[in-house]
Amino acid sequence: MSGQANAIEVRDLQGHYGPSHVLHGMNFNVPTGQVVTLLGRNGAGKTTTLRAIMGLLRKRTGSIVVNGTQTMGQPPEQIAPLGVAYCPEERGIFPSLNVRENLLLPPVLAPGGFSTEEVVALFPRLAERYNSPGTKLSGGEQQMLAIARILRTGCRILLLDEPTEGLAPVIVQQIGDVLQELKRRGYTVLLVEQSLDFAMSVADLHCVVEHGQVVDQLSNDDLRAQPDRLQKYLGV
Amino acid sequence: MGQLTLGLINGAFYAVLSLGLTVIFGMLRVINFTHGAQFTLGAFGAWMLLHYLKVPYWASLVIVPLVMALLGGLVERLLLKRLYEMNHLFQLLLTFGLAQMIEGTLAVLYGSSGKPFDNPMPGGMDLGFMFMPYYRAWVVVASLVVCLGTWWAIERTRLGAYLRASTDNPDLVRTFGIPVPRLMTLTYAFGVGLAALAGVLAGPIDQVKPSMGSGLIITVFAVVVIGGMGSIMGSIVTGFTLGLLEALTKVYYPPASSVVIFLVMAAVILVKPAGLFGRQP
Repeated sequence: MSGQANAIEVRDLQGHYGPSHVLHGMNFNVPTGQVVTLLGRNGAGKTTTLRAIMGLLRKRTGSIVVNGTQTMGQPPEQIAPLGVAYCPEERGIFPSLNVRENLLLPPVLAPGGFSTEEVVALFPRLAERYNSPGTKLSGGEQQMLAIARILRTGCRILLLDEPTEGLAPVIVQQIGDVLQELKRRGYTVLLVEQSLDFAMSVADLHCVVEHGQVVDQLSNDDLRAQPDRLQKYLGV
Repeated sequence: MGQLTLGLINGAFYAVLSLGLTVIFGMLRVINFTHGAQFTLGAFGAWMLLHYLKVPYWASLVIVPLVMALLGGLVERLLLKRLYEMNHLFQLLLTFGLAQMIEGTLAVLYGSSGKPFDNPMPGGMDLGFMFMPYYRAWVVVASLVVCLGTWWAIERTRLGAYLRASTDNPDLVRTFGIPVPRLMTLTYAFGVGLAALAGVLAGPIDQVKPSMGSGLIITVFAVVVIGGMGSIMGSIVTGFTLGLLEALTKVYYPPASSVVIFLVMAAVILVKPAGLFGRQP
């Protein structure tokens, strides 16, 4: 299953939210073992793309192949066992569960994930707050918990939606370290990110999204060599 | 004192029924208006098994809830499931309509006057200050065990954590590979099983008649509102407390006994709209 060159292949992906057409034929690959970002303005369709891959977007057409398996038309609970885990932008900490229950909730779907001890070693703050309700945590702690709980599952493709949004620089740094560790272990990450600096510090490949399409793709080295190339898309 | 046991008995039924409603509402976001009829069917199921097949009460106590849970699962799979994304009115129409069909059919088949159900545990004991019939003691104890068992399963087990997480954010739970739609079927089946169990317990206390559920369920809805929609412990505590409160009112000011629960409900809604144990949305 992990022998595929591309962990995710997206072809002509169309997506709708109610009456509005959000994705207009997305095409891109996420090579196995790489960190790929989706960059673009708010409303370009980045989050919708992650939700479509995870099966959360109900109205979607086209093709999404995960680890060699076509997932179009499948519900999230059948896509997850292909080895994909999702960390939503709003973090999705369950208020009815305490920190420990939140951490241990996702079942282990494949061997080879982080053990609970490894996760706690990575995020020692969580262990200190094991019995607090999940939503009593600070924003940074909630983000750590949201990432920590999917590391245990053994899923080796992670969809992370703006993990650094609104967080203090120290915590952003810590999340950057975690991403480096994931790269060392050969994880595949599809990252939606607003901070270009952060994106460039971890990614191998960048996909620029505009109006529900990938309008440009460039390697991290390309981006370093020609930092102006993004200007026209992001308008910064 | 006799009124107190009666209050405890009523409280036990309020607790078990509102628990089932709460569990179903928490997971499915559906108010199960069939609950009273499912309670009635439980009582009739036990009566029919005894009457036609000579199946004893104690066997029915296990068989009837299981069969009703199975039927409940079918109703969820075939009918209710299709309505989750629609306006809540359709869910009301379906569950209320089913209740009418069940009660109407039972009334046609068995008449509305009621069938006697022999007490499987005759006798009682003298507690010194009052006489406690064995069967009533059994109903209170059994209901408490069922309520606390359900509370434990939901608050302290892994399956319960899946259920609680699904009440918060079902879509996200699905992304972890957990089959939430199947959990919803099981939850509805479990809630219906609880209603049927309460029905079997209620059979020998009074007569078995088609309207027994609808009479009770109105009060149970008030209990759910007072306790707070979706709170497990809230349903249990409120159920027993209000049963007792109703009984005490019967002793001290009988005319108010049928409205006291609704007065409490109005007061609670004024002060704490989410209910005593409910979380503010």
